[in-house]
Amino acid sequence: MESFVSLNDVSLSYGGEQGLLAVSGLSMSVRKGEFAAVVGPSGCGKSTLMKLTTGLVRPQKGQIAVDGKRVFGPISIVGMAFQNPSLLPWRTTLDNIMLPLEIVEPHRQRLGRHRDEYVAKAESVLELVGLKGFGAKFPWQLSGGMQQRSNLCRALIHDPALLMLDEPFGALDAFTREELWGVIRDLHAAKGFTVILVTHDLREAVYLADRVFVMSARPGRVIQERTIDFARPRPIDLIYKAEFNEIVHELREKIAEARADAVAYEPAPS
Amino acid sequence: MSWGGKTEKLIAPLGFTILLLLLWEVVCRAFSIPQMILPTATETFAALWTFRAVIFDNALVTLWTTVVGFGLAIVVGVALGIGIGWHRAIYSAVYPILVAFNSIPKVAVVPVLILWFGLGAMPAILTAFLISFFPIIVNVATGLATVEPELEDVLRALGAKKMQIMRKVGIPRSLPHFFGSLKVAITLAFVGAVVAETAGASKGLGKLMLDAQAAFQVPVVFACLIVLSVLGILLYAVTALVERRYTGWAFRSQQNL
Repeated sequence: MESFVSLNDVSLSYGGEQGLLAVSGLSMSVRKGEFAAVVGPSGCGKSTLMKLTTGLVRPQKGQIAVDGKRVFGPISIVGMAFQNPSLLPWRTTLDNIMLPLEIVEPHRQRLGRHRDEYVAKAESVLELVGLKGFGAKFPWQLSGGMQQRSNLCRALIHDPALLMLDEPFGALDAFTREELWGVIRDLHAAKGFTVILVTHDLREAVYLADRVFVMSARPGRVIQERTIDFARPRPIDLIYKAEFNEIVHELREKIAEARADAVAYEPAPS
Repeated sequence: MSWGGKTEKLIAPLGFTILLLLLWEVVCRAFSIPQMILPTATETFAALWTFRAVIFDNALVTLWTTVVGFGLAIVVGVALGIGIGWHRAIYSAVYPILVAFNSIPKVAVVPVLILWFGLGAMPAILTAFLISFFPIIVNVATGLATVEPELEDVLRALGAKKMQIMRKVGIPRSLPHFFGSLKVAITLAFVGAVVAETAGASKGLGKLMLDAQAAFQVPVVFACLIVLSVLGILLYAVTALVERRYTGWAFRSQQNL
């Protein structure tokens, strides 16, 4: 099986070899174009997984490869979005979205002379997420859901082959969250990039992903892989179907076990 | 501007100032306070008019030394602030010394400066600088340190260098802190310049006040005090205006959306 992202027996501890072990023996592989979701108890190293895959931190043990190349440092074919939209308040939404273009080559070189072309591109991405015409607004003039949409746009502007999402919808209300599930579902269908979504919302994971990876408590590793084969495009009322909820319950139990193990091993929470 | 807004912004402070001046005048006359202790408002303003030429000359010197000292403070403060905000190691190395240095009362340094540089403008400029650069450093460093770690990750993953993150995010992010500190720093620089002039200088409002006091020209002393406060307000207002001009986005809560 051809894998686009692969982690092979990866271990990382913060603060050196003797430090706090964040992930240990972590292996997973994601196919090109696949939508993968990673769930697990809190503090299981999901965010560490993000940093490892994007080359922001180097593992002490194991190999990571993206698009057939070993990861030794930051990789610019990735787009990232976090729970905190972290848009810059002194830039308009459009300028915020175009920020990655000022950094990633070859766009950085071309931006000066081909600005119109890039603005058109940014506007088309805004339109994709339903923010047409909002480019001139400042982020603080947008609602939380709109800010998160802009955040997605910023992650997508340089056409990344891999989109890494770290609980991007965590801070939103239930309705807005469902709306954005639809947005990301359609973006994935339209653009065909690979997605790794880190979340603690099991319904979100099951609704969006082709495969759900369950991680153990710290030190994190993958303890279960669950293929989700609902037909796409998935309608939103899928989440009220019995089959859907069965999978959610199954995953939930697995995580409850992982948490119980963690409590047993770690009598004093740190 | 509506009538209510006008009252609030212009008439209220102006009216209160006039009221205070009247109160000053009335109290002085009612209790027959001797001019040697507290001259009346009219005597003070009369002195201000009579000695306008010499007061203006000396005010210019004070203003000049303040601004030069303040300019030095900006250059050094920004450079050190960026250095400290750039790297933990620089922070750890430099910060304790800065705090220690800042806790020395600057009045105590003035005699040393006079010893080194004589009774010219230099001690006043350096005192203004020494007293005002610390808040600039602290605020610039704070602004740089408050860059969201998530955003830094997003940009670093794209291959951004530290310099790019500083330019695109850190420095704009720290501008409101920087301009906020300028308002504090300009006031401090002004205080520093006047304190140095009072301790020993050849010109400046501080020196003029010292001379007037020695000659028992108490109304002139008070006239100088008034000029000092007006200059203080002016310097503060200019920095506040610059702040509004460059960091309007940080004042969004006060804007009508």
